[in-house]
Amino acid sequence: MDTQVKKKPGLKEKYRHMTRGLDWQTSYQSMDKVFPFAEFEGIKIHDWDKWEDPFRLTMDAYWKYQAEKERKLYAIIDAFVQNNGHLKVTDARYINTLKLFLTGVSPLEYMAHRGFAHVGRQFPGVGPRVACQMQSLDELRHVQTQIHTISNYNKYYNGMHDFRHMHDRLWYLSVPKSFFDDAVTAGPFEFMVAIGFSFEYVLTNLLFVPFMSGAAFNGDMSTVTFGFSAQSDEARHMTLGLEVIKFILEQDPANLPIVQKWIDKWTWRGVRVLTLVAMMMDYMLPKRVMSWKEAWEIYFEQNGGALFKDLARYGITMPKCIETINKEKDHLSHQAWAVFYNYGGAAAFHTWMPDAEEMDWLSSKYPDTFDKYYRPRFEYWREQEAKGNRFYNMTLPMLCQTCQIPMFFTVPGDPSKIAYHESHYSGDKYHFCSEHCKEIFDDEPEKYVQAWLPVHQIFQGNCFKPDADPTAADFNPLAEVLRYYNINFGHDNLDFNGSDDQKNFDLWRGMATQNQTGESA
Amino acid sequence: MSVHAFKPYPARVMDGQDKFHGNQVLYVGWVDHLMFCAPLAFALAPDFPFGDLIKNVLPGAYSYHPDFAQIDWSAVQWYKSGVPFTPRLEESLVQNGLGHKDLITFVSPGLTGIKGTCS
Repeated sequence: MDTQVKKKPGLKEKYRHMTRGLDWQTSYQSMDKVFPFAEFEGIKIHDWDKWEDPFRLTMDAYWKYQAEKERKLYAIIDAFVQNNGHLKVTDARYINTLKLFLTGVSPLEYMAHRGFAHVGRQFPGVGPRVACQMQSLDELRHVQTQIHTISNYNKYYNGMHDFRHMHDRLWYLSVPKSFFDDAVTAGPFEFMVAIGFSFEYVLTNLLFVPFMSGAAFNGDMSTVTFGFSAQSDEARHMTLGLEVIKFILEQDPANLPIVQKWIDKWTWRGVRVLTLVAMMMDYMLPKRVMSWKEAWEIYFEQNGGALFKDLARYGITMPKCIETINKEKDHLSHQAWAVFYNYGGAAAFHTWMPDAEEMDWLSSKYPDTFDKYYRPRFEYWREQEAKGNRFYNMTLPMLCQTCQIPMFFTVPGDPSKIAYHESHYSGDKYHFCSEHCKEIFDDEPEKYVQAWLPVHQIFQGNCFKPDADPTAADFNPLAEVLRYYNINFGHDNLDFNGSDDQKNFDLWRGMATQNQTGESA
Repeated sequence: MSVHAFKPYPARVMDGQDKFHGNQVLYVGWVDHLMFCAPLAFALAPDFPFGDLIKNVLPGAYSYHPDFAQIDWSAVQWYKSGVPFTPRLEESLVQNGLGHKDLITFVSPGLTGIKGTCS
């Protein structure tokens, strides 16, 4: 008797089944109802089958690759933990970059997971749906591996104990949080341009790479490893972001102005979030990789420039905000670090003034601006600190309605004057750091009047614990706000000099490398 | 322009004056003194006298700066959203035309921060 053995399908065939063959046209409900968000943004897609998959991953292949990466990562994390790897970083100031990453960036990975799961449901085309679902899983993996990696530091150092709680409340964390909230509450196409393209493709090299190379330069092997583990996913995400843009643009010429507007908006929104990275690179890494300005020039002006040349054939032009960014690049990190130095009492990480050698490094990297505008201010602060009069700004700052960053940005071309921009909407006034943030607001004011501005929320009394009593004679509003943030005063905040982290790191490293004994703070 | 939304999208204003327990927000910026990294925000009663701002509020915020004690308040120039304005010290914020979320900045003539760098 002849037995008919059906050949097992190859990868290519399996992929075709998953992304084409398994899809169907619904009959008892209209397709419009099944994919309700497909059209309201005005993007016209005529043929989803024209989608060219940039990578053909089947689910079984995906699980296999990712499982292998996980095994390697966790083996290294185990070794790192067992060898007290945290004592091998350059100095304990470095650990503050991890606090910033964990509280500011890791929760965005989780939001990216949610966002891609959402658009992975909403696109009528099955090819991009599958790609988005895989990216959604990647992002969930990234947030998990980051939490696991950094949790080892949480055992020894302050400020990392409640990162998720802090992400939803702290004044500077509202900047990355509101950025992602803006993206996930947009329609599926805008989300893809915002995160898939502007963030993953145009800006990832300016966020993820600086943190990971900073880790490598400063001896943090566990963070380097989660960076590597995520990097191959990032390459896939960048490809997806670019393919989606090209696909949308090829589908209908009417899509161009909409996409251009989103690219303009999200490049700017992303660059404002990168303010945190700029100061991390120039001020928080004990051993610097390169300056923020150099990173911007390499990763945006050169690499990004080539990308926009490539997109020119679709009619896409360089975002208008680039001119402003070019004028800000010599100032951004210095002004941003000054903000955190001002409000170092209300941050969940430590701040400090650069030492003499570090100031010289800044002078050499910013020859036109550092000595002229920033060194005198920073030296004054250092002198005052030495006299026991460390500067803390105790009054809340004015915030930009769109990016939610304190209004510290100076007029492009005049670093001595704060830039002010205003709009009126429905009888109220709104303030902005830049013409670009104002333009974003003016385009969709109903969206941005809802901004949860931390300063205003404090004034409204929404940032106190339920047991706080504002009528009590000894009520201290700023202390109560820190309590609401779950910041342990004197441990998580204030200057690095004199901190528990500083003392403990020195003590433990001394015990590890010399015959030193003592008590932890 | 209006928001691009899937269904009717009523504007939900988070920071209307009604939410500030009788206060209004006033932003104050001291020109040429970027040691204070950004303009400051205050929640004050609408009938708060402008003179008390100078006497009782700004010192707490700005007196760390060595220039602050040098300010000749009679020579200070005030601006409301960049437009020159002359406050009447004995009158309230509202009587001076200052509403919720208004921005005032002031120039202290002759004072330009640490080593003249607008710090």
